[in-house]
Amino acid sequence: MELFTEGDPIADTKAPAGPVEKRWETRRFEAKLVNPANRRKMTVIVVGTGLAGGSAAATLAEQGYHVKSYCYQDSPRRAHSIAAQGGINAAKNYRNDGDSVHRLFYDTVKGGDFRSRESNVHRLAEVSVNIIDQCVAQGVPFAREYGGLLDTRSFGGAQVQRTFYARGQTGQQLLLGAYQALERQIGLGNVEMNARHEMLELVLVDGKARGIVVRDLVTGEISTEMADAVVLASGGYGNVFYLSTNAKGCNVTATWRAHRKGAYFANPCYTQIHPTCIPVSGDHQSKLTLMSESLRNDGRVWVPKTKGDDRSPKDIPEDERDYYLERIYPSFGNLVPRDIASRAAKNVCDEGRGVGPTKLGVYLDFADAIGRLGRKAIEAKYGNLFEMYERITGEDPYEVPMRIYPAVHYTMGGLWVDYDLQSNIPGLFVIGEANFSDHGANRLGASALMQGLADGYFVLPTTIANYLASGPLEKVDASHPAAVEARTDVEDRVQRLLAVDGDRTVDSFHRELGQIMWEHCGMERSEAGLRKAIDEIRALREQFWQRVKVSGTGEELNQSLEKAGRVADFFELAELMCIDALHREESCGGHFRAEHQTPDGEAQRDDDRFAYVAAWEFTADGEPSVLHKEDLKFEYVHPTQRSYK
Amino acid sequence: MNLTLRIWRQKGPEDKGRMVTYPVNDVSPDMSFLEMLDVLNERLILAGEDPVAFDHDCREGICGMCGLMINGDAHGPQRGTTACQLHMRQFKDGETIDIEPWRASAFPVVKDLVVNRSAFDKIIAAGGYVTAPTGSAPEAHSTPVAKANADAAFESAACIGCGACVAACPNGSGMLFTAAKLTQLSLLPQGQPERYTRVIGMVDAHDEAGFGGCTNAGECTPACPKGIPLNTIGRLNRDYLAATAKGANNTPGS
Repeated sequence: MELFTEGDPIADTKAPAGPVEKRWETRRFEAKLVNPANRRKMTVIVVGTGLAGGSAAATLAEQGYHVKSYCYQDSPRRAHSIAAQGGINAAKNYRNDGDSVHRLFYDTVKGGDFRSRESNVHRLAEVSVNIIDQCVAQGVPFAREYGGLLDTRSFGGAQVQRTFYARGQTGQQLLLGAYQALERQIGLGNVEMNARHEMLELVLVDGKARGIVVRDLVTGEISTEMADAVVLASGGYGNVFYLSTNAKGCNVTATWRAHRKGAYFANPCYTQIHPTCIPVSGDHQSKLTLMSESLRNDGRVWVPKTKGDDRSPKDIPEDERDYYLERIYPSFGNLVPRDIASRAAKNVCDEGRGVGPTKLGVYLDFADAIGRLGRKAIEAKYGNLFEMYERITGEDPYEVPMRIYPAVHYTMGGLWVDYDLQSNIPGLFVIGEANFSDHGANRLGASALMQGLADGYFVLPTTIANYLASGPLEKVDASHPAAVEARTDVEDRVQRLLAVDGDRTVDSFHRELGQIMWEHCGMERSEAGLRKAIDEIRALREQFWQRVKVSGTGEELNQSLEKAGRVADFFELAELMCIDALHREESCGGHFRAEHQTPDGEAQRDDDRFAYVAAWEFTADGEPSVLHKEDLKFEYVHPTQRSYK
Repeated sequence: MNLTLRIWRQKGPEDKGRMVTYPVNDVSPDMSFLEMLDVLNERLILAGEDPVAFDHDCREGICGMCGLMINGDAHGPQRGTTACQLHMRQFKDGETIDIEPWRASAFPVVKDLVVNRSAFDKIIAAGGYVTAPTGSAPEAHSTPVAKANADAAFESAACIGCGACVAACPNGSGMLFTAAKLTQLSLLPQGQPERYTRVIGMVDAHDEAGFGGCTNAGECTPACPKGIPLNTIGRLNRDYLAATAKGANNTPGS
């Protein structure tokens, strides 16, 4: 059977015409408004409380809408945006170093390897400056200079210093700012907060998103919540790989359930693998920890020249070490972009030159920097990271080189949205990492925080009004047949998972799925590997539904049941990711196909055939998905081959 | 390593609860504490028993979701370390380890090691913010902030809201948590207009939620994985006193 079929192209993304720098202004003026008295009568559901969902829920409530907010954690403050370390980009040009909205726009389109939409990215760059103002007004304690003004640093290969930061905890501080704004609205009675609730289904009435089915994770009660519009801000799907830098609870269920109800899933194969993570230490490993990219400013990456060299690093003389990034990329050296550094580490390990007990690791050595700057200076810059490394590995990186290896970190793909951040289902909006819109095939460092807050504070609150103003929508409640059906589906699914009562745990399936994905749909993909992966995923999914063992009942706090539902959805997503990766016969950004590389091993795009967004439509279980193409046009930033040599 | 775990098991809020002993063998020193519990849970599931419920999410020490009393210490024996970042090399072969939930009247047990910390959210909702609706912000550089104040504000803002301070406190007080947020915002110019109404609102919410009072026992800071300093509570008291003297009620000029 065919793996997929091709449907109609997507003709209209709803971006206004005209010069790119005028489009957002035009859209804001043309968007319809809802008068304040009517806003009070409208309910918006927001799923997820990270940077995008938290900021959106707070802002919509400030504007007067009634908001219902949901998160699976015990508090909205714990969403995984909190773990972002490095910083947030904004085109303030406080350094007078040549930055501008246009340059941030240009860098982001190029960094995304020419697979994102110019209109969206330009808007992101415009709004970036307002985000910094907003966060400062909330009391976010950004790093400052002695004169009292905000400090910035360079990041992710940019040639300007446009990254604002709060030590290594920028995500935490920005999220707490949004969380506090949200708590204020909760206190005022404008937001109904439902922590420890998980969305398990989307409710469509007459083709419009009108509600969700949620499970109360404490009591197990399943209920239907209705609204005038639904916003998904449920994050990325990196945990399909089992091991990733995502939090343990991060999952694809909210967006995947919406996909099964008709929302297109765009570019699922675009995943970002971060080069500097602590390597896996054994089979018990449950997650991977990122070491900030900033370490590559002073650390030198190397492996032994000969394979199987088991000497301790200090016994390997200088001329028997291969500083391979400096050798292959003399002009960027250790500071090449994430995708390139990750693949280079994989290549040397594949050659048998990896280090550490598992041989899946490379050294990140600070000896030179300590010699040059002194231990004190290194401590001041990276002290907390070195401590974290030592806590996890038991090794002192001041004495022994760090060992690092790439790990799954971020997913650029997500639900397809138009310029208004609305999916192809009317009334279903998708923001933050959960959508696909702004990063193309590769996200630049410090841009995820920018996008989450741009979407939540500024873009969605404008565009959703345009949708709500087109009402009034028919009054519906949880007794509507479509709502009852959605709820029954959820109840049936929970019972099905509990009824299998097999002999393997959910985690054992998840781990095995992750291995298949890492092997064949990770840093390097090939046609043969992807075909093999699709077969293996299908076989394993069948096993899952015959052999999984979920303990307990549905009417209690049951963490193994929660995991089972999430892993069941990861199985379906994994297959689509492989199909997307297989059909994209080119290499771009985080998607590297072994068959498509330049003679010196770099990614080879095929702009004639693949300068489009691949938006996948679900049909039915076991039936091929339908591919809809949205052509990408580059009027301002002309595609070139990226080179870092 | 081979270990004996004694874990608090409690089916729900109404259940009385009890310690149950579980031997675990072949524990690798490279495992995190939570990974060791994962291994135990896998075994319990396959044996048809109920796995141990515990809260966790980021597993990198920043989300604040995990929280266990380990041998009577909040987050275990290693200073400045959350339970998720604690590794088994901190323990010895043959050791017996007691694992309990946070115990405080403001944090009722939900199940096993999971407690309800929503009282912390209520304290924030009662004033732990700067009123700055989206879109109303002035240009970020219009108000400089002395670096020393910005750095001190950051130090307090590092609180992850895990609740270890409450669990460690003999009175079950949430003063360190409350003071951390108050200190952050009172050190910044943006936090000044609401400074005195904020402290009254948050302290009232703290008391209403059932947390105990602070008697300067000083157990909180050593248990705090982020090392929030004890002197933040002094700042809270000063502001609280000033606010009561002013009759902080938002009247102009107060």
